[in-house]
Amino acid sequence: MAAALRVAAVGARLSVLASGLRAAVRSLCSQATSVNERIENKRRTALLGGGQRRIDAQHKRGKLTARERISLLLDPGSFVESDMFVEHRCADFGMAADKNKFPGDSVVTGRGRINGRLVYVFSQIRASAMSPRLVSDSWTQAIHLPWPPKVLGLQDFTVFGGSLSGAHAQKICKIMDQAITVGAPVIGLNDSGGARIQEGVESLAGYADIFLRNVTASGVIPQISLIMGPCAGGAVYSPALTDFTFMVKDTSYLFITGPDVVKSVTNEDVTQEELGGAKTHTTMSGVAHRAFENDVDALCNLRDFFNYLPLSSQDPAPVRECHDPSDRLVPELDTIVPLESTKAYNMVDIIHSVVDEREFFEIMPNYAKNIIVGFARMNGRTVGIVGNQPKVASGCLDINSSVKGARFVRFCDAFNIPLITFVDVPGFLPGTAQEYGGIIRHGAKLLYAFAEATVPKVTVITRKAYGGAYDVMSSKHLCGDTNYAWPTAEIAVMGAKGAVEIIFKGHENVEAAQAEYIEKFANPFPAAVRGFVDDIIQPSSTRARICCDLDVLASKKVQRPWRKHANIPL
Amino acid sequence: MAGFWVGTAPLVAAGRRGRWPPQQLMLSAALRTLKHVLYYSRQCLMVSRNLGSVGYDPNEKTFDKILVANRGEIACRVIRTCKKMGIKTVAIHSDVDASSVHVKMADEAVCVGPAPTSKSYLNMDAIMEAIKKTRAQAVHPGYGFLSENKEFARCLAAEDVVFIGPDTHAIQAMGDKIESKLLAKKAEVNTIPGFDGVVKDAEEAVRIAREIDGVLLSLPRLECNGTISAHCNLCLPGSSDSPASASLVAGITGYPVMIKASAGGGGKGMRIAWDDEETRDGFRLSSQEAASSFGDDRLLIEKFIDNPRHIEIQVLGDKHGNALWLNERECSIQRRNQKVVEEAPSIFLDAETRRAMGEQAVALARAVKYSSAGTVEFLVDSKKNFYFLEMNTRLQVEHPVTECITGLDLVQEMIRVAKGYPLRHKQADIRINGWAVECRVYAEDPYKSFGLPSIGRLSQYQEPLHLPGVRVDSGIQPGSDISIYYDPMISKLITYGSDRTEALKRMADALDNYVIRGVTHNIALLREVIINSRFVKGDISTKFLSDVYPDGFKGHMLTKSEKNQLLAIASSLFVAFQLRAQHFQENSRMPVIKPDIANWELSVKLHDKVHTVVASNNGSVFSVEVDGSKLNVTSTWNLASPLLSVSVDGTQRTVQCLSREAGGNMSIQFLGTVATSSLSVEICLFWTFQVAEGQEICVIEAMKMQNSMTAGKTGTVKSVHCQAGDTVGEGDLLVELE
Repeated sequence: MAAALRVAAVGARLSVLASGLRAAVRSLCSQATSVNERIENKRRTALLGGGQRRIDAQHKRGKLTARERISLLLDPGSFVESDMFVEHRCADFGMAADKNKFPGDSVVTGRGRINGRLVYVFSQIRASAMSPRLVSDSWTQAIHLPWPPKVLGLQDFTVFGGSLSGAHAQKICKIMDQAITVGAPVIGLNDSGGARIQEGVESLAGYADIFLRNVTASGVIPQISLIMGPCAGGAVYSPALTDFTFMVKDTSYLFITGPDVVKSVTNEDVTQEELGGAKTHTTMSGVAHRAFENDVDALCNLRDFFNYLPLSSQDPAPVRECHDPSDRLVPELDTIVPLESTKAYNMVDIIHSVVDEREFFEIMPNYAKNIIVGFARMNGRTVGIVGNQPKVASGCLDINSSVKGARFVRFCDAFNIPLITFVDVPGFLPGTAQEYGGIIRHGAKLLYAFAEATVPKVTVITRKAYGGAYDVMSSKHLCGDTNYAWPTAEIAVMGAKGAVEIIFKGHENVEAAQAEYIEKFANPFPAAVRGFVDDIIQPSSTRARICCDLDVLASKKVQRPWRKHANIPL
Repeated sequence: MAGFWVGTAPLVAAGRRGRWPPQQLMLSAALRTLKHVLYYSRQCLMVSRNLGSVGYDPNEKTFDKILVANRGEIACRVIRTCKKMGIKTVAIHSDVDASSVHVKMADEAVCVGPAPTSKSYLNMDAIMEAIKKTRAQAVHPGYGFLSENKEFARCLAAEDVVFIGPDTHAIQAMGDKIESKLLAKKAEVNTIPGFDGVVKDAEEAVRIAREIDGVLLSLPRLECNGTISAHCNLCLPGSSDSPASASLVAGITGYPVMIKASAGGGGKGMRIAWDDEETRDGFRLSSQEAASSFGDDRLLIEKFIDNPRHIEIQVLGDKHGNALWLNERECSIQRRNQKVVEEAPSIFLDAETRRAMGEQAVALARAVKYSSAGTVEFLVDSKKNFYFLEMNTRLQVEHPVTECITGLDLVQEMIRVAKGYPLRHKQADIRINGWAVECRVYAEDPYKSFGLPSIGRLSQYQEPLHLPGVRVDSGIQPGSDISIYYDPMISKLITYGSDRTEALKRMADALDNYVIRGVTHNIALLREVIINSRFVKGDISTKFLSDVYPDGFKGHMLTKSEKNQLLAIASSLFVAFQLRAQHFQENSRMPVIKPDIANWELSVKLHDKVHTVVASNNGSVFSVEVDGSKLNVTSTWNLASPLLSVSVDGTQRTVQCLSREAGGNMSIQFLGTVATSSLSVEICLFWTFQVAEGQEICVIEAMKMQNSMTAGKTGTVKSVHCQAGDTVGEGDLLVELE
């Protein structure tokens, strides 16, 4: 921030200085003056953006400008901008005219720090933050495309802003390359109309360049996208390739094609919000991982979230100062699991009680709610939490929850974040909808992810662990490092009723048989005697046990046979 | 376990309430046996501190095993004394209470039915079965449920099981309002003027209501308590349009009158009538209500004492004709006829009135051969006239305040007396030592008619037992459910001190230090009551709440300085969280470069008003400028603790941060009331130009020479008043810094 400001201040000085000198020494050093003047003018254009009126207009819409977003996201004074002088290179449609060029093009890029830790950032500029003359130009007014669109759908864009030019893409690629080289995360603040039509294929090439970097960086450095305005067409695939996509409620949209195209192709009437708003993507499609109230809330949460992540795959999970004693007993857990095994309880309560200071950053809290995933800390160290949610669909595994869980587990594994799994799962969800949807294939993803993960894995079975789902949920058999059962655990192939119907088919005294089965299997002993759980623990001691285990497991090392890459059932 | 209990109590009280050492945690086998100790320890602490003054004589054999026919805090309370006396205990419970505290504390537990009380705690057959099964020799009924059920007492007698309470005869006599009033009159106890018999119909009710003063005048013992003078006041002539004339009419006719069901209780079947018409309506409605609620439509009428205090005398009798009065309890703070705050002694009574009340209470106890702990309730008017209301033949909810000031363990005395031992104390031994206050902490929303029950799970729960002079009687623990089936009382919080001021100060501290999360609670209301100026002065009546909060309770109204304190605390807390977020274990590949922020400029929105706050810190001390006034905030800033003890310019405050969001929203419980504030770092917009000290701001050309003007100090460019090429003169303002 200060760096940028200082630059601005210097700019102001230069202006006074340069103008003051102009009359006196113009003839002597016209060359130098002209360069200085141009530098100053360019910087001013880049920094001042659209001016107060446009900025106010942006604020009135509840949105911040691209640079304000960066200044709020990063520590004050830490932003170092790059490529402020880059301009687009398009010569067609009169784009080469000076009035249609402006320094930095439609994106601000650079590096900075969040709570002292390095991060690379790009923030796309929409029209409102751009030079007024550019926006008022006639060619930036509504462009209606014939169907089918020649470029990735840009039906409802009305302004030039934020659109991706070759130069724009090049700027982003540059910081991504550097982020990969030094090993620091990339955060994209997306607010882009899509490809810049005037540039044609160069713009498309720009997208592909970014996609390639997204893929190269995947698993090397954490990549986060925060969608802060409408993103359509090609602009949506970069966020999709990053590790986490967050959205701002009411102001951000993500879609391949806008409502107009949808109407013309499928004859569906749909609003932008319904088609690709934050609610749609956080509850129905699972494209976005979380939505926030407004720009400020989103950026503050992003800072909070960033603290959980290691800088790269070479770094261990960060350990932040912690005031919560690692050996704290949690007496309220002793009574949390209801006496009746059919009664629901909230797994989030268990997570809150166990983790440091009840702080839990949940990922996808409104999508596939039968599984809970998110980040927390144990004794200061970041951990990934996976838990079945008995409150929703009894906590069963289905297509969506398997995919949600699998992607999260793989992220944690890629970035050395230990996994803690709380199990209360009655099995996979049966039914034609699930089978036709490919529950076998999708369920296998979660199984694959847990089996593949080499980070420390601690599992706590709080109640049910039935059937194949028991195996999947980070069981001992998938190389769980420490597997605990609470006294309320029931580890079996299925519930007593179903089991008895099979074992004692046609038997008269069903109730007695059921009681026998419950006595035999509806407790943690069958698994414990075989060593499938390492210990049966008092729930109140769960936190202390996990913290202690994680300290030991911090030095865990696993060698896998060489391979080009694994082949997860996608 | 009992032996272990007695033996470890002092040790635990000496401060072993903390966490277990880590190595013990790792022994899960050990945990099973140790798991109860954690909450025993808090009970212990209390027992040793409060009830330890009364010795227990191990040679005085009472019972081997007692069944406690109750749940919650009172069951725990009884079990605690039983453990002290070396008596084994049996708890009864409904199925939902299977893992509750009283069950864990007792040596044995029997499930007596499903959750609804009528099928469990009131299920006499199941309880009798449990008694037989466990061979308990005696039953302590606690309060409520079967405590005043003569049928139950009779059943126990038939099985030769001792009922720890008064005789069936006393329960019956005092349980009926008409009979108890007649008995009280016979024992020469002041009673409320009224008609001592069953009212037959509405017209008779009106006749009686008009004549009540006449009845009053025929009452015995009027001379000794000044009732006449009180009512003479009512007869003073006044001008017809003044309020005095209303009382004049009331004085002549006997209005207002109270119509109440003979078998009633808890406010049911009770009506106040101010004239003939209301009397007729009241009679009709009350008799219907009484018939449906109690199956007994007998009504009685008595003078309604306006604005009275509710003061009760604790009595203790034995089977040898001895009876003591253990001073009074002031229970005037009520809502919907339920007590909220109680204290002992009463600030209102003088020694003479106290003795008069005590002697009358003992006289009544003797008259019914009362042989247990009981309570004689009185209404006391502003002239210190007192009238017998009723006698409760059980241990009262608010008994701890009496225990605190007298040093007696009432449950222990009840058990001794039930066994047939004579009282160990003489009336002269009973003194008033200090002052005790009790607040009933309920799971209810005080903002809705002073308390709308709420339910939920106590996700976090911590009693303020680390403070001096605090006793907490509770039957819950972290993780307990406050369910719809039972009374929503969380606990009774009792503080005591050498005088009332100290007891109240301790109560305020205790309420601030009480951590209850997961259910709505009434701490805000309790804290407001005990600091209310009328309450502090002792100017209270049973109408206190509706008088002080005519529009309902709205929470604590912050004064200007309190608001500044809150803003300063919230801002400091926010900055403390921000600073902590930068503290990483330094072993990373890439160094962490902490931002250097000298001043945190914050805007804080509190109650829809935005305040500008500038905070800076030096170690654990934050200096905060709130709307222009400077405050220093000091704390240990333990951000994991639910309680945060801070000092704001020397004023000690305990606040609780209930929730905190990354976006800046924070809920803080301050002075009992929860305030939600939203904080944000001022967005430094990028077009504010900052200049550093010594930096060149502009260049002035004079005498063909260029002179640069540099900034005298670091600041932000507020405005520029000149343009390049302007001609400037001496004294002109060029650039403004701030």
